[in-house]
Amino acid sequence: MDNIAGTKSSLNWAVHISVVLLVVLWIFPTVGLFVSSFRTADQISTSGWWKALFPSEQSLTLRAADPDDFAVQQADGTWVVSGNLFEGGTEAEISRWGSSSREISAYAAGEAADLGDGESFAVEANGDYVWSSVDQPSGRGQRVFVTAVTPPEFTLENYDTVLGQGVVQSLLVYIVAAVIVGTVAGFSARSLRPDHTRSAVIVFGFGSLILLSVIFGLGTGQGGGQASDDMAKAFFNTLTVTIPATIIPITIAAFAAYALAWMDFPGRALLIAAIVGLLVVPLQLALIPLLRLHLEIGIGKGYLGVWLAHTGFGMPLAIYLLRNYMAGLPRDIIENARVDGATDFQIFTRIILPLSFPALASFAIFQFLWTWNDLLVALVFLIDSSGNTTVMTRQIVELLGTRGGNWEILATAAFVSISVPLIVFFAMQKYLVRGLLAGSVK
Amino acid sequence: MSPALQGLITIFIGVGGCLAYFYGSNIFLDKVLFPAKGIHAGRNINRANMVRPWLFLMPALLALGLYLAYPVVETFRLSLSERLPGGASQYVGFDNYRRMFAEDKFWEAMRNNLLWLLIVPAAATALGLLVAQLTDRIKWGSFAKSLIFMPMAISFVGAAVIFKLIYDARPADQNQIGILNALWLQFDGGFGSVLILRVLPALMFAGFAAVVGYAAYLVGRPIVKPAAHVVEGIALKLLRVVGAVLLSWVAVLSALNVIDSATLAMPYGEQQTWLTIPFWNNFFLMVVLIWIQTGFAMVILSAALRGIPEDTIEAAIIDGANPFQIFFKIKVPQIMNTIVVVWTTITIVVLKVFDIVFAMTNGQWETQVLANYMYDKLFRSNDWGVGSASAMIIMLLVTPILVWNVYNARKEMR
Repeated sequence: MDNIAGTKSSLNWAVHISVVLLVVLWIFPTVGLFVSSFRTADQISTSGWWKALFPSEQSLTLRAADPDDFAVQQADGTWVVSGNLFEGGTEAEISRWGSSSREISAYAAGEAADLGDGESFAVEANGDYVWSSVDQPSGRGQRVFVTAVTPPEFTLENYDTVLGQGVVQSLLVYIVAAVIVGTVAGFSARSLRPDHTRSAVIVFGFGSLILLSVIFGLGTGQGGGQASDDMAKAFFNTLTVTIPATIIPITIAAFAAYALAWMDFPGRALLIAAIVGLLVVPLQLALIPLLRLHLEIGIGKGYLGVWLAHTGFGMPLAIYLLRNYMAGLPRDIIENARVDGATDFQIFTRIILPLSFPALASFAIFQFLWTWNDLLVALVFLIDSSGNTTVMTRQIVELLGTRGGNWEILATAAFVSISVPLIVFFAMQKYLVRGLLAGSVK
Repeated sequence: MSPALQGLITIFIGVGGCLAYFYGSNIFLDKVLFPAKGIHAGRNINRANMVRPWLFLMPALLALGLYLAYPVVETFRLSLSERLPGGASQYVGFDNYRRMFAEDKFWEAMRNNLLWLLIVPAAATALGLLVAQLTDRIKWGSFAKSLIFMPMAISFVGAAVIFKLIYDARPADQNQIGILNALWLQFDGGFGSVLILRVLPALMFAGFAAVVGYAAYLVGRPIVKPAAHVVEGIALKLLRVVGAVLLSWVAVLSALNVIDSATLAMPYGEQQTWLTIPFWNNFFLMVVLIWIQTGFAMVILSAALRGIPEDTIEAAIIDGANPFQIFFKIKVPQIMNTIVVVWTTITIVVLKVFDIVFAMTNGQWETQVLANYMYDKLFRSNDWGVGSASAMIIMLLVTPILVWNVYNARKEMR
């Protein structure tokens, strides 16, 4: 905007650089979590994630093959076990190695070491080793400590552990399939009903995604242990909390917003002021009284309680947003409809509701993000001592406590929980911004 | 019954029930109660139109009343009473408050909340304004904005995990996997360390002190030297005095920090467990919320910047103003209202902050805040009296903003 008068600011390059710096600073933490979720526990605990993209030097503990099975007697009577230390595993470039845990870098690659008792051991840079002994060796294979440069390596193992075997892989395949089906549907719809192209893409895309998941299942259905069972369950619990808690308040608030925007009755201004006031009432106040109420009338802790609570807590923002939007709709349309004999109910459902779609979408995103990310309401109104109804945020806090050191599980679980809001965010950012602008400028 | 199925049925019953209620009650009103025919047709239509708004509003008002208005009253009542064994309760006056005020943990929470209140809204708004202004004039600005806006979608708990990874500390003989410690170990007390860890913070504190001091001067000046043609009410004057005193206090505090940060002995070359360093760990927690809220501030302020009439800026350019003058003297005054809105909105978020502290330190190492203190009292110590009392304190802190918002909304409606 400073260029209006025709001057090009000389600070332009500085602006570009500082924006780049800010953006990098802002996404850096999230990228860290994302990268960490693709690394093994060993990699995470031995090097920072920012080194994961480059070859890294690691200390590994490897073992030679079992001499009982693999020792071969040579012509001169000595026994030799040979092979590669990295057999079946990753490839790496060994720089130093050692045979005892106290001296892990005693020898350079290519050197041979005398282990005593007539045994000697030699390791090459690529991991090939020769272990020769005068007597027949027995017991387990010789342990070798190596310092090796390993190429960057990423794994989906963590997702298998957290979500269950093969869930991510099958999801990825289904998404690709869904995109293809959606595109084809879009093209065919364009030739038949040009105005329905977008909805055809969405309906067919999501339809095929759900259909594929139902028919073929997600992954092999085998969990990867405790963490997987809990996290997958928590994912569906969160979904169960979120969807009704998003849809029900919209329905209720839309009617109220219409009444506040387009119907004249005494006390309307007072009500609107009250709703603006209730917007900022901290929900902390509601915890004890409502928990008591829920326990007294028999709802107890459970889904019904949390749905009701979210409906109540989301109501002021919903009414406020929708009323502001509806009040801005052109008066002519509504008055024409009235003159034509439409009842208020008809005006609302046939005219106002379709026109208010952007505001409805804005609020839906807010409420979705808020309920998905919520911890406090779920802790108080939902999660009972049985732990069957735990949600993802709670599960992650639990992991932070019990597995504070298991970064691979923690990072993956956290990333799974934030991936859904992130997808919603990037897909519907337009509506979110609109809602923010309408909702906060008081 | 599986919860997913239960959820589907709830959606169906909830939405269907609402629609049925609205449709049915309208039909009932028009056809049965006040039918628009017969001798009283006109009167009936009028009556029906008087009742109808309340039909539309009823479910929403029920939800609002039961889940937001009633709890305020009930919590106040609970904060004045004590639970007796057997479920009954007894009125004890302000006993709960007295007990709470006698607790160190409460004052620690108050102090921390005050710190949060001072720093997070200021930092988030300032950074948001900075980003909004910088991205305003570059081509890839909207892309940059959406990346900085992204943390808004991330839950506080998710953000807590992300930042725990950043603050992670490993024993001295291992590689550090937390970026902050990895960076910290790069400092050894040499020239670079002095520049970045002493000079830079000292400059930042000095700059902050200058800005706050200037703000105090701006707020306080009209008391000493009133403008010629403006008459201010006594309430506004009082507000000015309080504001000026508070701001100058903050300015003095941050000026003192200049000396502190320049002379502080720093343990170079040792890994730090950042979240356990008393006092400073509060700042490490605040960073998480600033990281999240900057995007919010940016989006709103960016829209406000776009809304500034271009001719004011053009006029300034023609008069020879430089970019900084344009920003501080032309743009910022015009979006002052929006800045206040952003500030108050973030202030409310800060007052309710719970998840971040709960997930990262759970109030240990002197990081307690009011909301977590309250949760502690309610569900760990089972002390509903003190819990309610602390909830009332949060309410009390929110009240000025509540009144201000309502006042503005009423003004706008007229």
